[in-house]
Parts: sequence; C-alpha cells; structure tokens
Amino acid sequence: MKKAILYLNQFFGQIGGEELADHAPEIREGLVGPAMELDKQLGEDVKVTHTIICGDNFMGSNQEEAINTIIGFLEDKEFDIFFAGPAFRAGRYGSACGNICKAVKDKFKVPVISSMNDENPGVEMFKKEVYIFKGGASAAAMRKDVKAMAAFGLKLLKGEDLLPAEEEGYFGRGVRSQVWLNPPVNATDRVIDMLLKKVHGKPFVSELPIPKADLVPIAPALTAEELSNIEVAIVTSGGIVPVGNPDRIQSASATKWGKYDISQLDDLVKGEYMTIHAGFDPAAANNDSDVIVPLDALRAYEKEGKIGGVYKYFYSTVGTGTTQAEAARMGKEIAAELVEAGVKAVILTST
Amino acid sequence: MNKEIEKAGITIVQMANLIPVAKTVGANRMVPTISIPYPLGDPNTPKEQQWKLRYHRVGVALDALTTDITEQTVFKVKF
Repeated sequence: MKKAILYLNQFFGQIGGEELADHAPEIREGLVGPAMELDKQLGEDVKVTHTIICGDNFMGSNQEEAINTIIGFLEDKEFDIFFAGPAFRAGRYGSACGNICKAVKDKFKVPVISSMNDENPGVEMFKKEVYIFKGGASAAAMRKDVKAMAAFGLKLLKGEDLLPAEEEGYFGRGVRSQVWLNPPVNATDRVIDMLLKKVHGKPFVSELPIPKADLVPIAPALTAEELSNIEVAIVTSGGIVPVGNPDRIQSASATKWGKYDISQLDDLVKGEYMTIHAGFDPAAANNDSDVIVPLDALRAYEKEGKIGGVYKYFYSTVGTGTTQAEAARMGKEIAAELVEAGVKAVILTST
Repeated sequence: MNKEIEKAGITIVQMANLIPVAKTVGANRMVPTISIPYPLGDPNTPKEQQWKLRYHRVGVALDALTTDITEQTVFKVKF
C-alpha cells in the first residue's frame, strides 16, 4: 500500500473563505474535501493518509514559516507521493501549491503533482519543477482535474512508461528525454514526412519545440535626428580584446567582460586586437577585428553624420558555453554602465 | 545581454548569424550577419567587398534603431 498526502487551502480545506485566509497550517489525519475524491481516484493500492490545510494569505505573507511548519508536519510521516490543489484559476492558491510542492520535492524526494488553469500565474512560476496538470478555470472541474492528477500519480508510483508532457496533460517542464518509438520509424522518415506535410500546408508537430521566449518590452525607436546627435555603443559576445587579453576574459564559459577605449581609433588593426573566443576559427577576426566589432563602418557613418559618434568604450565578452544566468548578469552590469554614461543606442554583435 | 540592455531602456539592435537563437533568447531588433567566425566580412572575398558588406549591414542596423517595431523583427539586408 502506497501513501499520499494532499495540500489544500482554507477554502477547499473547509475552514472558510477569504476572511480565514490567514489560517495557519495544520495537518489532519484522513480526508478533507477534495482528498476524498483523490483517495477514490487513486484506487485500492494508494491511500491518502493526511490532508494539510493552510490559508492562502498565510502562505503568501509568511511563506518561510508556512513551509517550515508543513515540512515539520511531514517529517515523521511516511508517504510516497504529494499532491496539491487543484488550484484552478486561483492565483494565490496556485502559487502556494507550487511553493509547497517544490519544498516537499526538494526535502523528501517524492513526486509532487498539482493542477492549475493555464491563466494561473503559478503555472509560469513552477511548471519547470512541478508536474502541473492543465486544469479547469473553476471548481466545476474538480472531479476531472483530480482524476488527471491521480491517474498520473498512479503511473509514477507503478513506474509505468511516461508519455511527453503534452500527451500526459501537464505543462511542459522543458525536459527532454529519449524514448523508443512504437512502431519504430527512423528519423529520416519522420523528417521527410514532416517536410511533405509542410510543403502541402498540412499541420505537423515538431519533435523539437522551442519554448516561447520571455520577451522584454521593445525599446522605442530613435529618430534619425536623435541618432545623428548621439553616440552608438558597441557590445559584442565575439571575444574581441586588445592583444594580450588584459582582463583575462575566459575563452569559453566566460564570467568576465571587458571594456576597451576606442576613442582615438578608426579601425581595429591586426596585431592590436584579436579574438579569444574558443567557439570558432579565430583567423578572420584576428586578421581584422572589424568583422566582429565594426568600428571602421561606424566611423564612416559618423563622418557622414548619420550617427553623432561612437561611444568611447566597446564592451566585450565571450558567448560560448556561457550560461544564460551569467550572460544576464554581465548584460545587467554592462547596461548599468551604459545607462550611467547616458548611452541610448547599442549595436550588439554576436558570433 | 541584449535583453538586459533593452530592459534598461536602451534601444539595441543585435547583429547575429544565428537569427533563430537571437529570436529565442528574446532580441527584438535583429540584423543577420554572414557567418559565425566573420560576421561582417568574408576573408575569402576582396577587401572592398568585405567593406561594402560591412558598411551596408551596419547601416541596416543603424536604420533598425530608428525604426518603430511592434514585434520581434529581422531587418532585411541586400548583400
């Protein structure tokens, strides 16, 4: 017999509505509210032994205390799987389910499953770490959502083969795994099949979905007149540095960036500038670094009056093997300097 | 890096060879370059041709900075 524990908020835990959202965490033996349906859907082999209830506001404003208390409740319990929700479209509840699932997963290494509507902000916040099933907008979907969570929980507990997120019905976690196809169709046949569908304008599903980018607001366009009065800064991830690499920027997986004064230069000449980027053949860039930092072309536009000038430093790092987190940190640091200097226009060259 | 600089309110254009990657990581203004090791000038071509290409594409990038866009945009280059 395997054991499960369910987390609910004050409303579904039958404590009360919004006025009781400050309710401190508690754990009860047995089944409260949706725990009954979950227990039923899990069938003979899995039992929901306890229900945890916590007010949404309590979790929201005293998150650390709430999580520590709940982890404390769980320390002497035996359980094989943890569920939270369904949270439908309730934002605070979704966030609470995500927070507690993540904490339980980290601490007890058991599978954690929740369910939320795609509008629930908890989805974006936690889908990478928690199996979040695509749930309904309101409690009207309770039975269906609980059933989906339970069915997948059973699969996990029984060690059955798992299908991709889309087919199982949870939000993709951005995890890729290798699977054997049944029947086996090799990649060349599949790609030609996709290509033919594409050519004929028929729908097809990529095997390599690219997650939707998290975009930043588009910076406003400058007017041509503004551009003709301001300096344009050059930033590059192509590893162009003065020969000797004075800042010792790493050739791969960079954590450093440098800035180099070009105020007296019209051109980056061979023997003075080079690339230290380890991700490509450096011959061309070592011979003429303007192919990556196009100072000569910008000087021409400066003479023509299209731009007011070139900012006195160019910024450089190496973009191979560099983590997104490091790139973002370096980007932030460079951006702060540019803002401080009043720079309003940037050309970023990447290799 | 592009995103962090744009987030700071600076108008930025990314010149990149791997436009799909630039797009995925969230660049808004993009101008294609010709390769990874030599984005703005093929060393197998005469100097004048390299210069022409670089001058042209940097010009497109500068024009991109003065172009209003409403979504991620890849600016067209002639050569």
